Amino acid sequence: MNLQIRPVLIALRRHKAGTVLIALQIALTLAIVCNALFIIHQRLANLSVVSGVDEADVFVITNQWATDSPTPQVDAQVKADVLALRQLPAVLDATPASGYPLQGGGWDNPVTMTPEQIKPSTDSAVYLGDEHFIDTLGLKLIAGRNFRPDEVTVFGTQQAIYPPTVIVSKALADKLFPDGNALGKGIYPMSPTPTTIIGIVDTLQRQGVDQDSNTYAGQSLIWPLRSADSRGVFYIVRARPGQLADAMREAPKALIALSRQRIFDPQNGIQDYATIRRKAYDSDRGMAILMGIISVVLLAITAAGIVGLTSFWVGQRRKQIGVRRALGARQSDILVYFLTENFLISTAGVVLGAVLAIAFNLWTETRFAMAPMSMTYVGIGVLVLLLLGQGATFAPALRASRVPPVEATRSV
Amino acid sequence: MLAYYLQLGLRSLRRNPVLTTLMVLAIGFGIASSMTTYAVFRAVSGNPLPSRSSQLFAPQIDIWGPQSRAQGVDLPDALSYTDATALMRARKARYQTAIYPVGHTAIPQDAGSEPFAVDGYATYADFFPMFDAPFIYGGGWDAGQDDARASVVVISSQLNQQLFAGADSVGRTVRLDDHDYRVIGVLADWNPRPRFYDLDNNNGFADPPGFFVPFTLAVDLQTETRGNNNCYGSTGRAPGWQGWLQSDCAWVSFWVELPDAAAVQAYRNFLQGYMAEQDRLGRFRWSPYYTLRDLTQWMDYEQVVPPETRISLLLSLGFLLVCLVNTVGLMLAKFMRRAGEIGVRRALGASRREIWAQFLAEAAIVGVVGGLVGVLFTGIGVLGIGLVFEPDIARLAHIDVSLVALTLACALVATLGAAFYPTWRAARVQPAWQLKSN
Repeated sequence: MNLQIRPVLIALRRHKAGTVLIALQIALTLAIVCNALFIIHQRLANLSVVSGVDEADVFVITNQWATDSPTPQVDAQVKADVLALRQLPAVLDATPASGYPLQGGGWDNPVTMTPEQIKPSTDSAVYLGDEHFIDTLGLKLIAGRNFRPDEVTVFGTQQAIYPPTVIVSKALADKLFPDGNALGKGIYPMSPTPTTIIGIVDTLQRQGVDQDSNTYAGQSLIWPLRSADSRGVFYIVRARPGQLADAMREAPKALIALSRQRIFDPQNGIQDYATIRRKAYDSDRGMAILMGIISVVLLAITAAGIVGLTSFWVGQRRKQIGVRRALGARQSDILVYFLTENFLISTAGVVLGAVLAIAFNLWTETRFAMAPMSMTYVGIGVLVLLLLGQGATFAPALRASRVPPVEATRSV
Repeated sequence: MLAYYLQLGLRSLRRNPVLTTLMVLAIGFGIASSMTTYAVFRAVSGNPLPSRSSQLFAPQIDIWGPQSRAQGVDLPDALSYTDATALMRARKARYQTAIYPVGHTAIPQDAGSEPFAVDGYATYADFFPMFDAPFIYGGGWDAGQDDARASVVVISSQLNQQLFAGADSVGRTVRLDDHDYRVIGVLADWNPRPRFYDLDNNNGFADPPGFFVPFTLAVDLQTETRGNNNCYGSTGRAPGWQGWLQSDCAWVSFWVELPDAAAVQAYRNFLQGYMAEQDRLGRFRWSPYYTLRDLTQWMDYEQVVPPETRISLLLSLGFLLVCLVNTVGLMLAKFMRRAGEIGVRRALGASRREIWAQFLAEAAIVGVVGGLVGVLFTGIGVLGIGLVFEPDIARLAHIDVSLVALTLACALVATLGAAFYPTWRAARVQPAWQLKSN
């Protein structure tokens, strides 16, 4: 079976407008679908970020103080609170914190290797934690040691304290010391004095979830400081396996029994990690859904458009088809004729579309600082649209192939 | 005649229900996606204070030096406490205010009510006149009370409702944390969006702030900022509150009102002079560098309109374009199939003009129905908008009469535009040729 390209091309010259419209529609659809697929993939990648936290058992209490007290008083209350939390039957461990992974915005410091270094080596999320921090979050200590209780000092509001020891995430250790000998080394996370790495944890995600901080995803450090902010403090609590609901019910009651001078926001005062994760990536998921809907509807509309125009062409050419059949063309020849016709138009469309898709991506890259799109998306898009074109042509082409030869003798 | 053409159009559209539905749905979807994203764009890109926006300016000062910028650190959005208070003391603008966000616990006077958290701002007296803040009771405080660190508070109508059941509360006492304030004014419902005066700390679309207290008093009481505190290059600062105030940490927003070009130039000279003086004093060891952006420039600089909003608007417009190209193709097919009918009408004496009218009338029906479908889908889209955009922003997008009118108008204009080429082709049909071939 040989493809008849020349006669198809000659026939197309008589349908310039329709041909151009289909090609243009395919081109625009390709440009939009490629970029939409790219955005979907980027957003979905965000959704599956591993926090490092034992998310099934951990919840966070956002504790705001009702009065503005001096640091020693706040610290005493924090210590009493944490002690009370740890004694609850459903609670495994608890720790005071200044922030938590996937919080959505937090504390980042640039890190240098020497105090004189001007350009930072990288950025890191900063956590304040006591000796219970690692166990409460369920982090895995893979090298070195945890903080000793006597290392942990109090950190009041707007204080400038630079502890001599630090625990870092593996990602940060690897970034700063690619040779893997981070333990025992001093670093300068915006501190005038060095802070020595005494331990490395496996995964600890940053607090922020925005695209801007994506470049240093997973790079975190923990300083042995007990947060005693006069504005409020987070209590991260780990429930015993399977007792999350009990722990979340008991914990606020126990805290209020200790002191009523606190406020838990009814909206987000007490959140489990499923909620935290959902909130953190709400807009990512939404954007992916929106792009998905746009792509599907767009492909459907383009397919419908191709079916419509091809049907019209088939209707127009019934007599010619009849003549061809009468002259000996088989049904399959007619089918192949229409499929070839669509393939030629689609090819022109996807070539133009690929150019448009790349141009649009380059433009958003410079205008909105989006990442450059991999050519895979264009490849997938081209394939999808060529198949879509063939699929949409198939039904009308099949109908065309069933036109009986006797049609040639009838007048329309 | 138009009624007859509409009737003809309806009959023709009914003859081919699948094709008609396809065109209507394409227009409906395209218009709805564009209108939904436009509703969000409209909400976030509005001018919060149109009457004043060209007279309000936010200065930025290069406190960290050229070295910081070489590393890609931009000028800080906010001023340090030192610079903000120096600019306040100089009073070189008609109005000026330093601002920072604070949070307190409001303690209701009747023992039965629970304390609750409330957010507000520490500002200077000029804040209220320069931002046109409307009062229902009382008014703002004056510069003398700024200097005296007076314990006065301006509360929002919402907080007034919560604490005083909406009564005129001027002169009454509000307890915030462990300090008592005298109510000096109650604001009417006032929440300019985006909240231009605090863009460095929020996305600009939050609920209205609950209260305003004098900046001087808040600093005296060591009230922490609830906003960002950017301490680049402030390592090794002195400990404690005083150390923080004296550091190069940037955390104070600053706004000035400059009524005309001369005032703007004068203020620029003043900033230049201020920085040169600091250079002489040995504080900045680099040549003066500052910016002075007006409100709209500031909103651009702070990227109030999230990139997501722009990208989705662009993609939706692309989507609409595809739908229109699709409609052109379908209409072309539909109109040209009736070449015979056109030939007969032309042979019986219809002018080209009448063919135009007939087919545009048919397109208009598609446009109007498509627009109605579009309004329906836009409604669904706006309801579902919270899935995609931040809740604060999604709340602002709403359907109103102007959006519905715009949706219908866009649908009609877009469809007529799409029908232009097919109609032109239809009007060019040669009657003789059509009649001959039959």
